[in-house]
Amino acid sequence: MSDFKTLMKDGLWDNNVVFAQMLALCPTMAVTTSGTNGLGMGLATTAVLVVSNILVSLIRKTVSDQVRIPVFVVIIATLVTVVDMALNAWLHELYKVLGLFIALIVVNCAILGRAEAFAVKSSIPASIVDGLAMGLGFTGALTVIGLIREFLGSGTLFAQASNLLGPSFAFLEVQVPGYGGALLMILPPGAFAVLGFLLAGKRVLDARLEARSAAAAAPASA
Amino acid sequence: MNLEQLKENTLYQPLLLGVVALLASASLAWAASATRDAISAAEAKDLRDSLAQVLPDNFADNDLLADSAQVEVEGGKSLTVYRARQGESTKGAVFKVSGKGYGGEIAILMAVDRDGKTLGVRVLKHTETPGLGDKIEASKADWIKSFDGKSLETARWAVKKDGGDFDQFAGATITPRAVVNAVKGGLETFASHRLAILGEAETSPALAKNKEQ
Repeated sequence: MSDFKTLMKDGLWDNNVVFAQMLALCPTMAVTTSGTNGLGMGLATTAVLVVSNILVSLIRKTVSDQVRIPVFVVIIATLVTVVDMALNAWLHELYKVLGLFIALIVVNCAILGRAEAFAVKSSIPASIVDGLAMGLGFTGALTVIGLIREFLGSGTLFAQASNLLGPSFAFLEVQVPGYGGALLMILPPGAFAVLGFLLAGKRVLDARLEARSAAAAAPASA
Repeated sequence: MNLEQLKENTLYQPLLLGVVALLASASLAWAASATRDAISAAEAKDLRDSLAQVLPDNFADNDLLADSAQVEVEGGKSLTVYRARQGESTKGAVFKVSGKGYGGEIAILMAVDRDGKTLGVRVLKHTETPGLGDKIEASKADWIKSFDGKSLETARWAVKKDGGDFDQFAGATITPRAVVNAVKGGLETFASHRLAILGEAETSPALAKNKEQ
């Protein structure tokens, strides 16, 4: 059980795909023009990641080292195509917003990375937890970057969230009155700037936490 | 023979890849057939919504999606037109045009009444700069509605900077210019293929009357 806890903590914070591993930056930069886009892309990626981890873990004893990479790539590409078609069919409004980026999940190195680094060596339950943790960590990162860019860039929060989550979530949509927005934040430079500040913030926070726990441990050992 | 020894066999690799590819294709085929109906229904609904946007309320009483035709236009291309009818008479037509914007192609849907007057214009798809060029979207600004009621004769079809009647946006001239030119092109196509687009024969009552005079 504590194992799963470590896995969760790893995915959500310590080893976060975006903020610690610095993987999958291409979709991160591209889709985070709004909180809703980030959330939607993150959830779609999480779904693919969990299923791909399950499948890779399932066949880890059958697949040979020599051909494992092509096998993983085929599995991931198939899953992404299925998700793409499913979204188009049943969540069409969201698909119109995210459509262009769904196909990008295929080249999301975080997914192949988890298959290679974790699922191929781990049991199915552990792989599910890992996929969930990594995916939610990715979702969180994308949503936070998206919200900051959206707030500064167009003065809204979670615009069009009801397209993603259903009409009952319309209360999430916030509009700052009388603020035109700073266009720069919606354009690519805004993504780099926000990511840079968030990375710096995480480093500072981690350093503080470490210093505090070291200080707490020192008297105990003395 | 156990699995580890089997894995070293040269034949194992291609066979494994083949099986994986086969399973992947099978699941893709299954997913494609499972989603086909829902996807085409969603796309038809999209098109119906767009058609309803460019036409005034209660303009037509037919199902425009069921009343489409291919019309040969310049350059050997064919244009899909949707005809709006009230009872027996054709009131107008809806078709797509496209313009070359700042960030790529701009897909536009426009409705024209039978006298060549614009009924409505909407941008379906574009990749213009957010915050500058995207004012061509009806949800962002009313600019796209400035075409309503204009025909080739009653307006100068250019942006104001080029001596025309249509506003450009601060910081973006290429985008509105592209839309104005595309809509103008659509009206010209309509003018030169009017009967084919409306789906009427050469001997429509109005025309026969003209000949008699």
